[in-house]
Formats: sequence, C-alpha cells, structure tokens
Amino acid sequence: MPDISKKTSEYGAEEITDLVKLSRRPTLLENIQQYVEEIGDVFASRVIYVGDFTSFAGNVFYWMGVKTVRRDALARAFYQIGVLSLPVVMLTGMFIGMVLAVQCHAQFKAIGMAERLGGAINLSLVRELGPVLAAVMLAGRVGCSIAAELGTMRVTEQIDALTSMGTNPIWYLVVPRFLGCLLLIPALTVMADVMGIYGGAYYCVHVLGIESGPYWENSYHFVGGFDIFTGIFKSLFFGAAIALIACHQGFRCDAGAEGVGKAATVSFVASFVMILFIDLILGIVLERVNQMLGNVPGIV
Amino acid sequence: MSDHPDETPTLSKRRRIIVNDVYPAEEGEYPAEARPLERAVVEDGPPFLQVESLSVVFQRNPVLRAIRLTINRGETVAIIGESGCGKTVFLKSLIGLIEPEYRQGNVLFDGNDFYGMTTRQQTRERMRFGFVFQQAALFDSMSIGENISFPLEQHTMKTDEEMEAIVLRLLAEVGLPPSVHAKRPGELSGGMRKRAGFARALAMGPEVMLYDEPTTGLDPIMSDVINELIINTKKQHEVTGIMVTHDMKSAKKVADRIIMFYPLSRLEPEEPQIIFDGTPEEIDRCRDPRVSQFIRGEARERLMEMTEAYKPQYPE
Repeated sequence: MPDISKKTSEYGAEEITDLVKLSRRPTLLENIQQYVEEIGDVFASRVIYVGDFTSFAGNVFYWMGVKTVRRDALARAFYQIGVLSLPVVMLTGMFIGMVLAVQCHAQFKAIGMAERLGGAINLSLVRELGPVLAAVMLAGRVGCSIAAELGTMRVTEQIDALTSMGTNPIWYLVVPRFLGCLLLIPALTVMADVMGIYGGAYYCVHVLGIESGPYWENSYHFVGGFDIFTGIFKSLFFGAAIALIACHQGFRCDAGAEGVGKAATVSFVASFVMILFIDLILGIVLERVNQMLGNVPGIV
Repeated sequence: MSDHPDETPTLSKRRRIIVNDVYPAEEGEYPAEARPLERAVVEDGPPFLQVESLSVVFQRNPVLRAIRLTINRGETVAIIGESGCGKTVFLKSLIGLIEPEYRQGNVLFDGNDFYGMTTRQQTRERMRFGFVFQQAALFDSMSIGENISFPLEQHTMKTDEEMEAIVLRLLAEVGLPPSVHAKRPGELSGGMRKRAGFARALAMGPEVMLYDEPTTGLDPIMSDVINELIINTKKQHEVTGIMVTHDMKSAKKVADRIIMFYPLSRLEPEEPQIIFDGTPEEIDRCRDPRVSQFIRGEARERLMEMTEAYKPQYPE
C-alpha cells in the first residue's frame, strides 16, 4: 500500500508497483467476475428471502396449531382488522360499483343491452373487483400498519423482550393478526360486494334511468353461487398473504425510522403484487373447475 | 487470563480466587451478605453457564470468534469492551434472542445445551432469565402496570389482585411511585422507564439477570441508582448477573468479575477475543495496553487511524 502522506515523486519502486496495481483499470475478466458476483449475490439474497419467508410462514402455522390464541389478543386483532376496515372497504366497494356503471353504460346502451348492465357490474364485482379491492384496502390499511407496528417493536427490542420473557412472539403477535386477516377478509369482501352492487344499482336506476326490475332480473340470472364462492375463496388466500407478508416485513425490519418506513412500503407493494398473482392463478384454476362443473357464464 | 480452556481457572481455583478476593479466609465466618456468593462457590456439578467456542457472524461480519467462558451461579460478571466488539450480540446469543447468519459452538446452562433444545424448551428455559434492555423495551401499547405483570399473566395463574400486589411491590423495590402504574411508557423519563423495565425483568423471580448496558443514557446519579439496584437485586433475590457495559465505574462497582472483549477487526486471526478475565482489582493492575487504554478511556492513535483510513486512496 503506498504511503499517501508522501508525494508520488518520493515513491520507491515497490510503492510505485503497488500504486500501479491500485490505479489500473479492471480487466474484462475482472469486470465479468464482478458482474457474476453481483448477480450471484442478488440471486442468493432472493433465495434466502424465500427460504426465510417460508420458514416464518411454517412457524405461524406451527404456533397456530400447538397453542390456543388468547381471546383478548384475538378480539383486539379482529377489531383492528375487521371493524376499523369496514367503513373504507364499504366506501370503496360502493364507488367502484358506481364507476363500473359509468364506464360500461355507454357500451351496453350502444348495443341495446343497457338492462343487462346489472349482470356485468355484479359479476365483475363478485368475482374480481370486490375481493381484489377489499384485499388491496386491507393491504394498505392493515398490512402497512402491521408492518410498521411490528417493525417498531423489532427496532425498539420489544420483540426481543417478548422472547426473553418466554413468550413466543410469533404466537403472541403474528397468529392473532394472521387469523384476523384470514377470517375477516371474507366478511369484508362480502361487504364490498354488497355495497358495490347497491352503488351500481343506485347509479343505473336513479341516475341512468334503467328499469329496476330488468336490472335486478339480469343480475340474478348472471351471478351464480359459484361466482360468489370464487370471490370469497380467493379472498382467503389474499388475507393470508397480506398478514404473512406484513408480519414478516415487520419482524425482519432494518434498524431506524427508515427501516420501519421501508418495511411498511415493501409490505404494501409485495402484498399488492401477490394479490394480483394469486388472483391470476386462482382465476385460472377456478375457471377450469367451473367449466368442469358445466357452468358456462355469459352476459350476452 | 484468556479464553483458552487450559488457561481458564478450574472450579476450585476460581473458588479460591473469589473467596480470597472478597472475603479473606482468615476472617473466619462469612458475613450474612455473602450468602449468594457463598452458595456460588460451594455448589457442585457443572457451572451455571458454559460457553463453548461460540462464533457468530452477523450481517456478514464475524462478531464473535471462539468465545469460551464459564460463569458460576451467584456471580455478577461484567462484560466490557468498546462499541462493536460483540458484547450485546454475545448477551443476546446466550438465550437465542438473535438469529445470526452463522453460529457455531454451544451455550450450556447447568450442563444442558441451549441451542440443542427444541423451540418450546428454549421458550421455557428463557423464563429463568430476566433481561434488562438498553432502552427498557417496554410495550408501548400497555401501561407500566400491564408491562410489569405481563410475564405473570402469560405464565402463571395468579389473580388480578395477586398480580397487582406483585406489581406494587416491584415498583417500590425499584423506587417508582404507585402512580406510574397506570401511565404509559412514553410518559416516563428514561431513568423511570429503565427501572420499570428492571421491575418487569424481576417479575417472574429469575435465577439470572442479564443487563444490556443498564446505565447508558442516564445521568451519573441515576446510573448509580441502577448500580445499587443491581447490587440489591443480587443480595435480595440471589441471582446470577451478566452485565454488558462500557461504563467502567459501573462495572467495577457491581461486578465480581470483569471480562473484556476486543473487536475482531482489531485482532489477528489467532488472537483470542477475550483479552481480560479477572476481578475488578486485577483489571487495574493489568499490563495489557489494550485493557489499560479502555479503562482509562484514551483515544491514543485511534483518531489518526480513522482519519487515515478515510483519506482518499490515491495521492495527487
């Protein structure tokens, strides 16, 4: 290593050799080696993340099975996740029902099927928009809050304190939140569906002037039991994904305020992507099941 | 003394060291206050804590390397060392509070390997410990009373009245008024929060108290209050204490034995990480310049080293 307190002109042969080694540009091989190392690092970190997440989820299921959750913790989680989310989920559902009516009315009217708008709106709501929007709202309102809360607990050593007192933090902190999300998201989805259906119906009947009787008649014909089941079934997976991602992010939160903020953001983004991914996969699977059952839905 | 097994004093030698240093044999009967220490030195069987070649890599940095040490029941041991030497990682590793990327070695409590236990066994084992965290780590969502009664509520069948009585007794023991019972941690000063954390750690009647920098961030008077609390806790509850600190005054006042860790970044690969293991009296006589630099709090060449390290690498 050259002595940096000396001028270059004062360097001996050995120091100049060191300096040349230090200052030369990396060769192509060294550049390639560096890129490969970087790609390897990224890949390894992703594999570690997936492994860690899987192990975390396994722990959640383990603690859910071996020890009963305390009723007060469960009630608190249900209140936070279910009751407090209800207004925003209902409001979102109602607006999306109305927006669907606004967007689809012109097209349906142009082909003379404005009365069938109810079927389109309600089918979209029950199968896709209701569960997905309820899940997105839950990821935003509850998921971020869980990640930030648990992240703060991690940073301030409260999770360590729980562990040190012989209380498993996954059992105490994660399981009630997981159960809250898992069991209450179907109810939230149903509420979003109902509000969306009524919002769409109100706009169609009272603003666009569609006849109430044919509107509901079409809705009744086109929305079947399997459609309602599809939405609720999917919502269970969304709820589980939101809770696991949010809790995992909180538990693995980096130190400081930035770490907590990052945990909340990553929790929402990852949940959102996962909701859409699960929606696609389950959509394909459930459609196949639907076809096997001989149900071929159609609006027109 | 070092962490090498051959150089670690045997139980009988350790017994002699402790007894001679604190209660000279020629004085005859041990005073009443000596009971915890007396108990520590006369017990047979495996030592309370054995750490066997513990190495930890945390966030890609080796933090602990082949740590070997033994702690007897009833001892209060202060682990000192500069920031980043792995004191807190060591303390938390003892009861598995951190999940490092890599860990090797064993931690044995009463001869039982902690890392070899199942998750549920570890959870049960941790109830023997009381942990006082650096920033108290009280639960924000609970009152001070709820914080202190939390372990009782989780692990005992005590009634609300019984828990209330224990909480009030513990509050008094750490010098907090009953009025803090209903307050939230955010409403208390740092010293009060730390004492509330202390009370919570005592709630289950632990056998061992682990203190993570208990006097950090406190004024000198409050620091000494915490020192007194640690001494009183040892006397009243007959607990073994392991304290991590860089407060030399606190370490000398509280500890029967001081162990000094040194950062791995400043050590050669073959050098042991524990550079001192002895009594508070011995540390003052220690001739190792690294130890004397720490206990005197001298920067010496450190600033120059650091500024040199961050200078631009290439000369003009």
